[in-house]
Amino acid sequence: MKSCRILMPTGGLGSGINQESFDRGMSMNPDVIAIDGGSTDSGPASLACGQCKYSRPMLEHDLRIAVIGGMKAGIPVLVGSCGTSGTNSTVDECVDIVEEIFVKEGFKGRIAKVYSQQDPEMLKKKWDEGKIHALEGAPEITKEVFDECENIVALMGAEPFIQAMKDGADVVLCGRATDTGIIAAMPLMMGCDTAAAWHGAKTVECGSQCTDGAGGDGVFLVVDEKGFYVTPLQEGVHCTPYTISAHLLYENVDPFRLTEPSGSILAEDAVYTQVDDYTVYVTGTKFEHAKQYTMKLEGASVMGYQNISLVGIADTKVMVDPEQWIRNISDHVSKHITKIGISPDEYSFNFKAYGYNAVIAGPVPEGTPAPRELGILLTVTAATQERATQIAKIFNPFLLHYPADFKTQLPSFAFPFSPVDCPRGRTYEFRLHHVVDVDDPLELVQFEYIDL
Amino acid sequence: MTTVKDVARYVRSKNAGPFWVTLEIFCDTKEDYEKIKNSKNITAKKIAELYSAEERKVKSFYVDNINVIKFSFPRSTPQGHKYENDMHSGQQYILLANTEI
Repeated sequence: MKSCRILMPTGGLGSGINQESFDRGMSMNPDVIAIDGGSTDSGPASLACGQCKYSRPMLEHDLRIAVIGGMKAGIPVLVGSCGTSGTNSTVDECVDIVEEIFVKEGFKGRIAKVYSQQDPEMLKKKWDEGKIHALEGAPEITKEVFDECENIVALMGAEPFIQAMKDGADVVLCGRATDTGIIAAMPLMMGCDTAAAWHGAKTVECGSQCTDGAGGDGVFLVVDEKGFYVTPLQEGVHCTPYTISAHLLYENVDPFRLTEPSGSILAEDAVYTQVDDYTVYVTGTKFEHAKQYTMKLEGASVMGYQNISLVGIADTKVMVDPEQWIRNISDHVSKHITKIGISPDEYSFNFKAYGYNAVIAGPVPEGTPAPRELGILLTVTAATQERATQIAKIFNPFLLHYPADFKTQLPSFAFPFSPVDCPRGRTYEFRLHHVVDVDDPLELVQFEYIDL
Repeated sequence: MTTVKDVARYVRSKNAGPFWVTLEIFCDTKEDYEKIKNSKNITAKKIAELYSAEERKVKSFYVDNINVIKFSFPRSTPQGHKYENDMHSGQQYILLANTEI
């Protein structure tokens, strides 16, 4: 029976591979090392800036372990969504690191660079052809959005990884891809069961999140012609039918149907069997092939510049009704800004009362005791950094002295910094939750190879 | 008053991509699960009310084999918009956890 053995050493490239777990995984004779480097969870900045959210030393640490392990064992290393957002620039950063490792270790081999960042002109053409469709919950868009985004990436499926391996790549460094596409590529190429390859990939995409451990470590996946096995790499940690089936819920809208570029995983009838203390075997998953191959688009644009100020308040008069104090200072300073000739259209601002209702927005439940102290965060947004900072500086004296009532001496609240305000540069927003129809899984993907 | 957190083993919330939030209620026993599943107060309507979502867009899932109730709904603003209060939506579960069954 055909079977494919996959080492998934971490839930995210750059978050830290545990060498001990990795070595345990290598001793289990993997056919491939698969690593996901991507996420939109931290917000739009990584995509808009084309920068990894993790530090370069951590990327180097993780890539070093994976590449040395893979090259010494003679098995491919597949990395998808390089550098969080999988833009061309973050792929290149990982390529740069891997080239350094090759040179330092004296490795000879082929590195694949696989890009899926998209040209706005091409996307506008697809839009005119009616080939771009909104997903449920998508924002309204017009054709202009493709120019407004700083970067747009399309999520690759398994096919580009398979192509790069067929072209003889030892290390495949891909732009934005689905978490599952990276992991499903090798078992699909080896002819294992399609549904098991995708469901298995989905299960291990966050590493040890699918175990009873705390997460952050790796797992080992074996896909055969009927199902898949998952076993943890960390000592003292277990996979159980519960942990494996429950992981399908994680970060997904729908726990029974998971959509990939080439089709959907239908997991409702899956059967989970404990095979030893640590390992679970899963069968019975179905895969529904899509009539149209689609790639999901992610795009982020700049929405202005911000300045933030933080002030601490322990004044009991403010604590009686923090929201009232925020309303009063907001009204007062807004009027003041208008008076000096700056239009309200030129800026916006937001107060968050940490310790009160900054995290869970809205009114606090009746009977909630007054907080002992508050952290008040003022965020100002404007079209330029200069304007945002000017508005923040107009707020400064009021953040220091604005009283809950005017009958007593002015209070002075607690600033932690000098200067109080802090220009924080550009702010970004996700603009796309759409898919694009493609004629071929490789249509929007570019390959380049480096032979060393 | 019995709340969701009094019955469930744990309740969690998380972003599901930049445009959706998902909530899960994990129960230890079938009995606990049924108690929440059959509650007239723990419904899509309630979720819409708690999270200022549109009721018709709230999806409810009952995962019988593992005693989990799941609700998903689109966010009113995209994750990480200029005045974001919870980037990963990871703290938003508390509203559901404190809701009466």
